Amino acid sequence: MTTSDLAVDATGLVKRFGSFTAVAGVDLAIKPGEVFGVLGPNGAGKTTTLSMLATLLPIDDGRASIFGVDVASAPHQIRQLVGVTGQYASVDENLTGAENLWLFARLHGRSSRQAKALADDLLGRFGLTEAAGKQIKDYSGGMRRRLDLGASLISSPPLIFLDEPTTGLDPRTRSQMWDTIRELVANGSTILLTTQYLDEADQLADRIAVIDRGLKVAEGTPEQLKTGVGASTLQLRLTDKSLVEDAALLVKRIAGVAPVLTPEAGGLNVPLPDANKAAEVLIALREADLSITSAAVQQPTLDEVFLALTGHASESADETEEVRR
Amino acid sequence: MSALTAERSIATAKQRLTARPTLRDTISQTLTMAWRALKKMQRNPEQFFDVIIQPLLFTAMFAYIFGGAIAGGVTAYLPTIITGVLAQTSLTACMATGTQMREDMEKGVFDRFRSLPISRIAPLAGPMLADVLRYGIAATLTLLTGFVMGYRPGGGVAGVIAGWVLVVFAGWSLSWIFAWLGTIARSAQAVQGIGMMIMFPLTFLSNAFVSQRTMPDWLEQFVNVNPVTLVINAIRDLINDGQVTGNVGWAVLGCAVVVAIFAPLAVRSYSKKV
Repeated sequence: MTTSDLAVDATGLVKRFGSFTAVAGVDLAIKPGEVFGVLGPNGAGKTTTLSMLATLLPIDDGRASIFGVDVASAPHQIRQLVGVTGQYASVDENLTGAENLWLFARLHGRSSRQAKALADDLLGRFGLTEAAGKQIKDYSGGMRRRLDLGASLISSPPLIFLDEPTTGLDPRTRSQMWDTIRELVANGSTILLTTQYLDEADQLADRIAVIDRGLKVAEGTPEQLKTGVGASTLQLRLTDKSLVEDAALLVKRIAGVAPVLTPEAGGLNVPLPDANKAAEVLIALREADLSITSAAVQQPTLDEVFLALTGHASESADETEEVRR
Repeated sequence: MSALTAERSIATAKQRLTARPTLRDTISQTLTMAWRALKKMQRNPEQFFDVIIQPLLFTAMFAYIFGGAIAGGVTAYLPTIITGVLAQTSLTACMATGTQMREDMEKGVFDRFRSLPISRIAPLAGPMLADVLRYGIAATLTLLTGFVMGYRPGGGVAGVIAGWVLVVFAGWSLSWIFAWLGTIARSAQAVQGIGMMIMFPLTFLSNAFVSQRTMPDWLEQFVNVNPVTLVINAIRDLINDGQVTGNVGWAVLGCAVVVAIFAPLAVRSYSKKV
């Protein structure tokens, strides 16, 4: 065993369903301890990729290993290393929260008593103690996801797959889920996360692979992806709105580009190929006695990144995903 | 810091890796899965309707309708019809096992079962073990209805118990066929449809209700090789005559062969299921 083993090492993964190629040769290299986001619209092949890595689907072509263990030839070992949280909560509707966790703990080889203690502990950690005796069909979406995540942690797997952990959740529940995921990271788990929400990848992931139509179209840190796409913007607001035109002339001379004006608000948006130019613009404004009320450098959002990389917007298929089940 | 923790947890996890589930694991996981199925039954008692209503209804109905015509009287017909309905109800209950398993498999929790390091047979064998309870209820109620109607089996208590055990064992064995159907069919409805197509000819083209000697030759030959006839003969030998005959041996062997063929098939197609 070497510690330099990658958490996930996949090359040329391919999955075909009949004549349809869902995954067309994806490479992934995920380091231990990092949160890796796979970002893409619905139908891009994210879940299929994850299913292959989790031994739920056979790999048609290419190879993959997890912590140095080959996925295709040692599925039972892989299942011991990976905790999977499905796109739709994969817990038993008819059982209560406590019974679900007890069941999974028993399946993982715990004694009945250990399983009970572990279930209580996890219910507490995920804020579900009060709902412990309720059947899952009476749980809210957010509670189900939390229980589902709790169930994936029973065996303390070193690698956790989160397949769209917040799809269909309301914003408040979503940010709770994010906090829970951040705690996992702090505990040293390696996480492979798929999402169609750009801000989710941006918030949680150390590195992101953008997948579209079964192919990886980009990879990097959220910042790299955003920088790669283009300029950041300097957003300025003047104290005296009537001086917008003067300020615009000055800015154009310093930055070399014409700012976009919003005269009613006294605002100027300056596209900056180089963020360092921001300081020069600010100094020039002060020397010309043009006082400002606010200044901010805005990076492009991942939405813009996505559009630039794939040629189509990211929100396209949100709705169809919801109705699939 | 977190990279260090990560490395340590990976190292421990890799040390604990096992190559495959042991027999003990498999048994314990099957029992856990059976517990899950029993909980489900407890919360959805309508699952018991078929095994409660059918024995009462069919036993009384067939006995009063056909009794006079076939055996010259209801009481004289009871040794035939009770054993026939025993086989019929356990086959119907088997079909429900397959249908429910198919429904269950469509639920998200089966994805988790498939992703866990557990024996592949446990998610199938567990619910099937729990369904032994259903076969037991069906067999008990059929016999009780018979007793109420005046059935006094010649095999005595021992014979009745032996027959009961055989019926339940046959039900469990044959349910592997329907479990396999459940893993290959497109939907629960399909399992039900195919199940009906198998069940009706097998039960009615047997000696469950009428002696095959009254049937045309070609049909009689089919009835003689029908596995349901084998089981019914064995049940009659045990319950009505109190004798462990060759028929019993053939029935037990037949059931064992069914399990030996269909259990691996079911596990294989379940493991491959998308």
